[in-house]
Parts: sequence; structure tokens; C-alpha cells
Amino acid sequence: MAFLLELLIAFLIVVGSLFLLVGSAGLIKLRDLMTRLHAPTKATTLGIGSILLASMVHFIVVRGAVSVHEILIMVFLFLTAPVTAHFVAKAHLHEHLRDGSELPPTERGCGWSTFDPGPGAPDESGQRPGPRSDAED
Amino acid sequence: MIGFALVFGFFAASLALVFNIWRLVAGPTLMDRVLAFDTMVINFIALIMFWGMQQETTLYFESALLLSMFGFISTVAFCRFRLRGDIIE
Repeated sequence: MAFLLELLIAFLIVVGSLFLLVGSAGLIKLRDLMTRLHAPTKATTLGIGSILLASMVHFIVVRGAVSVHEILIMVFLFLTAPVTAHFVAKAHLHEHLRDGSELPPTERGCGWSTFDPGPGAPDESGQRPGPRSDAED
Repeated sequence: MIGFALVFGFFAASLALVFNIWRLVAGPTLMDRVLAFDTMVINFIALIMFWGMQQETTLYFESALLLSMFGFISTVAFCRFRLRGDIIE
């Protein structure tokens, strides 16, 4: 049983380290920022989750008590990774694609909501549009 | 066996940090550097967790938690500054 737990901890550590390595290798290998964003936000987050899980199992085995610090760190990292990616992508769009001409068309009535007012935005007279009429039929 | 896995983990996280430093130095745009720094913080948290497991102490968990919070807040504040020219409006 102890051997199996050790095997589980070692497996989680190795898998997590490999995911960290893949995420950082993708950061230097991929083409431009918008593709580069994929590697750290997905692979690295998964890797750190695996490592924190390994640490949790390790301290259950060593101390005999459940430590909740890792769950706290894990939840925080998993919640903040998409927010970070969103902010980096948005700042990149505003710095380099200022008029939005290099973006693909949205094929909707409104443009990209980073540059144009979205479907729920107030128009020139300050009126907020009601529910969209095409949603009713 | 955990010892060998931890040594592998130290090597992998350190190599990942070297990759991040490469992107931090070479990154063509500013946001590349911000992203590389954010990834560096996560890799450093992994190193701290490995160190805590090797020393069999739970002392370093608070530092890992604080580091993750500061990494997130600094990244968001910097992106917000680039977006709006101001952090808190």
C-alpha cells in the first residue's frame, strides 16, 4: 500500500513536471502571441495542478493529516489563469490590431466587442436596446 | 522513488524557467514578456512545492500562495495599465 502511494506521488510529480516543460517549451516555440497564450494557460496550469495534488498526497502519507493549503493554491491558480490570459490577449489586441482590420469577421450584427460596442451597449441617444428581436422568433 | 521523481521535477521546472527567461529576453512585444513573467511565477511555485516536499515541511505553502496572488495581481495591473493608462479608475 505504501509502495502504491509512493508510485502515485512519483507519477503525479513526473506528469506535472512534463506538463510544465511542455507549457514553457510551447511559450518559446509557438508563432505569435495569440497562439503562444495557449501553452502557459493550459499546459502549465494542468502541470501545477498535478504537482499540488502530488504534494497533497505526500503530506497525507507523511503527516497523516489532510493539508488544505494546496487546494487553496490550486483553486486560486485555476481561477486566475483564464483571467490573466484574457487580459494579456485584450492588451495585445489593443496594442497591435488597433483598428481590428486583421481580425476575421464576426458574421454578426456587431463587430469584435473589444473595439465595437457589443449587442447590449447603449446607442448614441443613451438608450439601451431591449432584448434582441430575432431571439423571439 | 519520490526522491528520483523530485530530482526530475527540479530539472524540469528549472529548464522551464530557462525557457521563460529566453522568452522574457527575446519576446518581440511587451505582452510576450508579461506572459513569460506570469509563467515564470507558476514555475517558481512548482519549485517551491518540490522543495517543501523534499524537506517534508509545510512551511513554504504560504509563500507559494502569496507568490501566486502577487503574480496574478501584477499581471492584471500591468495589462490594465497598458489598456487604459490607469490601474484603478
